[in-house]
Amino acid sequence: MNQSPLVILFAAVLTNNIVFSGFLGMCSFIALSKRIDTAIGMGLAVTFVSTFTTALNWLIYHYILKTGALYKLTGIEGLDGEIFTLIVFIAVIAAFVQIVELAIARISQSLYQALGIFLPLITVNCAILGVSLFMVIRGYGFLASIAFGFGSGIGWLLAIFLMAGIRQKLRFSKISPSLEGIGITMITTGILAMIFMVFNGMVRMN
Amino acid sequence: MSRIKTILTNGIWYENPIFHQVLGVCSALAVTTQVKNAIVMSIAVICITALTNFTVSVLRKIIPFSVRLIIEMLIISTFVIVFDQLLKAYYFEMSRELGPYVGLIITNCIILGRSEAFALREGPGLSVIDGIASGLGYTLILVSIAAVRELFGAGKLLGYSIISNPDYHARGLASAGGAFIVMGILIWIMNAIRRVGGEK
Repeated sequence: MNQSPLVILFAAVLTNNIVFSGFLGMCSFIALSKRIDTAIGMGLAVTFVSTFTTALNWLIYHYILKTGALYKLTGIEGLDGEIFTLIVFIAVIAAFVQIVELAIARISQSLYQALGIFLPLITVNCAILGVSLFMVIRGYGFLASIAFGFGSGIGWLLAIFLMAGIRQKLRFSKISPSLEGIGITMITTGILAMIFMVFNGMVRMN
Repeated sequence: MSRIKTILTNGIWYENPIFHQVLGVCSALAVTTQVKNAIVMSIAVICITALTNFTVSVLRKIIPFSVRLIIEMLIISTFVIVFDQLLKAYYFEMSRELGPYVGLIITNCIILGRSEAFALREGPGLSVIDGIASGLGYTLILVSIAAVRELFGAGKLLGYSIISNPDYHARGLASAGGAFIVMGILIWIMNAIRRVGGEK
């Protein structure tokens, strides 16, 4: 994979948007897209966490977990951390979120007020773990991984922001009672996803 | 006996994890391009939910309340890794096809949700049944969405050609946008059935 980080960033935001083509982070996408301000808050938190956890996970994966890396590191034969990848990734994400929460509470109360409630939700947001797993599967380099993590976060922010805008307007329209809530949100997301398919010709990413 | 029946009907229909509680939606959309993938994914979720529920329920009196989330996550990750390795060993093509979505079962909120809501309070036997019931509810939705998408999107069902007319094209249904819309319509239908049935 020799694509420039810029292309990967662009692709992660538009053509391979994590919500519209990867179906990740749907739970919080649906739950928190009722109002624009909460949507932006959650989007920013996701962007921040996904950028840094992707970088951290890349370092940990390539220097410790990858088959053969532990041998290089310790010189002991027969050690292989590959099987622990999933558990380590989720632990890194949970620990990072916890540390950020503590740090933000110390540094800036206003930022804590704005992002604080979203941070615990991020641990179980599959977008974050998904980005780390995709990064391993697609074999990105370090810079590309950071670009991918950041781009995916921005893509998620864009998606939830658009959805929140639409849902605020939807509140004033007449919808069949059985379709209200999740039903109409799903269908709107589907239409948005089809709109995003327009970008497909712009960048190619495998 | 009636208790078991209640748990089963709740998991599959009345409190269906996907429609009623909006849990585990991500994988429901991602793996439903083919019925085969949906079935494998469902089996994974049924087994992992049942096993996690069982383990959490057995340990529920030992786990300190403040760290229970981390412990639950560890239990879930362990079972997911076991399943992932089994899939890689015995069914490599499927493992490739499902890609990261097997690993993402860890963050599938159904499993954590069930162990929080049920296994922490009830005995191991009932917890296993509850896990299976929620898993079956998940299966019901996954297989229905996958059937619609595979049949009308690719003209096939379980890999067998059903619509063989070469002029038939509905790629939109197999695409990401189609998944969302099929799911939206399915939710619509299920809510309508509930309404007619006199619930709520």
